[in-house]
Amino acid sequence: MAVDRALVRRRGILIELGATALVVFALTISLVGFHIKDVSGGLSLELRYIDVMSAVIIAIIGRGWLILVRHGHYWWVSVTATLTATILIGSLIFGGAIVQKYLPFKAGLLQWLLAIVSAGFAVGSAIRGVRKRNTTPLTAEGLASFAEDTSFMDWVSAQVQRSSVWIGAIIFLFAAVFPFLPGVNLRYLDIGVLVLTYVMLGWGLNIVVGLAGLLDLGYVAFYAVGAYSFALLASPDSPLLQELGWTQGISFWVCMPFAGLMAALAGVALGFPVLRLRGDYLAIVTLGFGEMIRVTLLNFYSLTKGPDGISKIPPPSLLGYSTEARMDENTLENTTEFHTALDIPFDQSHTTILLYFVILIMALATNFFTVRVRKLPVGRAWEALREDEIACRSLGINPTNTKLTAFGIGAMFGGFAGSFFATRQTFVSPESFTFIESAVILAIVVLGGFGSQIGVVVASFLLIGLPEMFRELQEYRMLFFGGSMVLVMLWRPAGLLAHREPTIRLYDGKCAGKAEAAAR
Amino acid sequence: MYHVAYFFDQLINGITLGATYGLIAIGYTMVYGIIGMINFAHGEIFMIGSFISLVVFLILGLAGGIFLPLAIFLVLVATMVFTAAYGWTLERVAYRQLRGSPRLAALITAIGMSIFLQNYVQLLQGARNKPLPPQITGSIKVIETTNQAGQAYVVSLSYLQMMIIVLTVVLMIVFTYLITRTALGRAQRACEQDRGMAALLGIDVDRTISLTFVIGASLAAVAGLIFMLRYGATDFFVGFLTGIKAFTAAVLGGIGSLPGAMLGGLLIGLIEVLFAGYFNLEYKDVATFSILVLVLIFRPTGLLGKPDIEKV
Repeated sequence: MAVDRALVRRRGILIELGATALVVFALTISLVGFHIKDVSGGLSLELRYIDVMSAVIIAIIGRGWLILVRHGHYWWVSVTATLTATILIGSLIFGGAIVQKYLPFKAGLLQWLLAIVSAGFAVGSAIRGVRKRNTTPLTAEGLASFAEDTSFMDWVSAQVQRSSVWIGAIIFLFAAVFPFLPGVNLRYLDIGVLVLTYVMLGWGLNIVVGLAGLLDLGYVAFYAVGAYSFALLASPDSPLLQELGWTQGISFWVCMPFAGLMAALAGVALGFPVLRLRGDYLAIVTLGFGEMIRVTLLNFYSLTKGPDGISKIPPPSLLGYSTEARMDENTLENTTEFHTALDIPFDQSHTTILLYFVILIMALATNFFTVRVRKLPVGRAWEALREDEIACRSLGINPTNTKLTAFGIGAMFGGFAGSFFATRQTFVSPESFTFIESAVILAIVVLGGFGSQIGVVVASFLLIGLPEMFRELQEYRMLFFGGSMVLVMLWRPAGLLAHREPTIRLYDGKCAGKAEAAAR
Repeated sequence: MYHVAYFFDQLINGITLGATYGLIAIGYTMVYGIIGMINFAHGEIFMIGSFISLVVFLILGLAGGIFLPLAIFLVLVATMVFTAAYGWTLERVAYRQLRGSPRLAALITAIGMSIFLQNYVQLLQGARNKPLPPQITGSIKVIETTNQAGQAYVVSLSYLQMMIIVLTVVLMIVFTYLITRTALGRAQRACEQDRGMAALLGIDVDRTISLTFVIGASLAAVAGLIFMLRYGATDFFVGFLTGIKAFTAAVLGGIGSLPGAMLGGLLIGLIEVLFAGYFNLEYKDVATFSILVLVLIFRPTGLLGKPDIEKV
C-alpha cells in the first residue's frame, strides 16, 4: 500500500499545531482566563476569554512560522512576519485607537513585544533564506535560531578577553569622567552609583563563585552584616551608640574597614562548619544562612530596631569636609562644608558625585585585588580547587582552609559594599536584604561569565542599569528581569562573555590555532 | 494533662504542615535525582497550584450547591492537571536545553523562572492577599482539659486535618506504587541511575524526565490546595519560603531518596511547629535552617540518603 507522505507530514504538522494550542490553552485558561477580583465580602471571578484566545492564536502563528522555517519556507515566514510586524508597529504609532479596536489586546507593551518578535522572525528567516542554509533544525524553543550567533559571541568573548586591558582602560576612563559629561543629571548619576555598587558586589562574589567555585546563594548576608555593622557605628540613631551615650556617629572612613572585618568574620564563622559540603548543599545552606541573618535582623529589636531599621546614617566626608548642607548646628559642629572650603556654590549633586567616586574606587580596589590575587599561591589554589578538589587534596592543598579564605575575603568585600550601601541610602532595614538580592548578584556573576571581570560590568549594566532606566515599566520590570535571565542562560549557558583561554597548552599554540581555524 | 494535650495539638499541626512540605519535597528530590539540578522554581509551582485551586473553588462556588466531597475531588483533579501543565512547560522551555550545561547555568535559569513566575502571577492576579472562607468545617473533640489558668482547653481534630492526613497518605501510597511497580517508575529509576544506558535500552529519556516534572508538579499542586484550605489565603509570594523549606526537607531526608523526602517533610513540619509552640515564634525559620546545617555537618547525605562517593 502506498503511503501518502505528504498526507502523513501534513497530519504531523496539524498534530503539532494542535498540541501547541492545547498546551497554551491549558496554561492560560486557569490563571489568565480567570481573574480573581476582590469584591466586598469575598472574591469573585472575571472571565478574560479574549486574552486566552489571543494567547492561543499567537502561539499557533508562532509555532506555524517555526514549522515553516523548519521545512525551508523562509520567504513565506519572512513576508508574513514582516506584514504582522508592520501592522503591529503601524497600529502602535499611527492611530492606535482605530486599529486597537480590531485587535484583541490592549496592553501596548505586549504589542511592542509581539512586534519585535515578528520582526525578529522576519529578519531571521530572511537571512536564512538568503544564505539558503538549513543549519540546525529549529526547535520549538525558538532560541536555536541564535545558534549561529553563538559562535559569533564566542569570537566576541575571545576578542574581549584578548584586549581586556584596552577595554578595561576605556571603561575606566569613561567611568572616571562620567559625572562631568554633559547631559548627566542626578538621576543618571544615581543609576551610575547603583550599577557600580552591583559591579563591586559582583566582583566580590566572583572571588567566591568564579575563582573558588563555591556556590553562594546567601551573599546578601554579608552585605547585610556590613551594612548593619556600619550603621550601628556611624548613625547617631543607632541603639549601640545610644547605649554608650555617644551623640555622634563615627566617620565613614573608620567604620568601613571595620564593617568589612565584621563581614569577613561572619563569613569565616559560617564557612567553618559548612565548607566541607558539596556544591549544591553549600548553596542551600548559604541560602538558609542568608534567611537566618534577615530573620535575626528583623527580630533582634534591641540592637537592630527590627523592621523600623536604622536611619540618619551620614554620607562620607571628603578629607574632613562635609558635602551636605548644614542641617543641624549641633551634630556637625567640627565639620566644615566642602563648598565653603573650595569657595564654590553649594550643589546638591556634590554628595552624589562623592559617593560615585567612593564606590568607583572601592570597586576598582576589589578588581585590582582579584586580578593580583589570582597570581598568588592562594589564588591559584582557589582556581585549582574549583577545577578538581581531589587532585588538589592529593597535591597537599588543604581544601577547607583554602575555601575558607575565599569565603572570608569574598564576604569582606560584600561587607565593604554593604557599608557603602548604608551610607548611600542613609537608612538600613531588613527589607533590603532579601534573597532576591543574592539572586541578582549571583545572576550578574553567572550571566557575565564565570571569572570574567568585564563580564560582571556588562551584566550589571544589563541587569541593573537598563531596568533602572526603564522604571516607567515598573510592574513589568521584574517579569522581564526573570525572563531575560532565562533567555540569556539558554542562549549562552556559560555566560555572556565566557571564554577560557588555557594558560598552558600541551602542544604548541600553532596546533591549537589550526584546530580553532578548522572549527570556524 | 494539659501538657500532653498541648503537645498533641502541636503534633497534629506539625503533621499537617509536614504533609505540605513532604509533597513539595518529593518534586525537588525526584528532579534532583534524575537530572541533578535544584529546581528552584518548584516553590512557584506550588504557589501556582494554590492559585489554581482557588480559581476552581470559585468556579464551583459560582456553580453552587455541589456535594462537598465531590467538589473537593473536582478541585483536586483540576488543580493537579492544570498545575502539571506548568510543570511540564517549565521543563520543556527552560531546562531541557540546559541538560549537560554547567550546573550553575541550570540553577540560574531556575531562579530566573522563579522570579518570572512570581511576577507573572502578580501581574495577572494582583499583589493582594486572596482570602477564601473555610470550606471544610467541623471537628471532633479528642482531649478536653484545663490549662494552667484554669480555662477550658480543648484539643480537637478537625475534619480538614483528617482530610489532609488521609489525602497525603493515599497520595503517598499511589505514588510509591507508581515508582516501585509500574513501567513508568522503572524507567524513572533507570534514568536516575544512568541516563545514557537507559536510553540505549530503549527508554525515552526525554519523556521520562517530562513525566517526572509532571508528577512533581501535580504533587506540589496538592500541597497548594492543602495550603489554601489550611490557611484560607494565598498570594504570589507564598512559594518562596515554603519552597525553600521543602527543599530543606528534601536535603534533610537525603536528596534523591523518596521516602527521605516524606520523612524530611514531616520532620521539618514538626520542628517548625514545636519550636514555635514551645520556644519562640519569630525564630522558627532560623530553627529549621539550623537543623539543616547540623544535619549536613554530621550526616551530609541526609537521613536516608545513600553516600555519594566521588571516584576519580
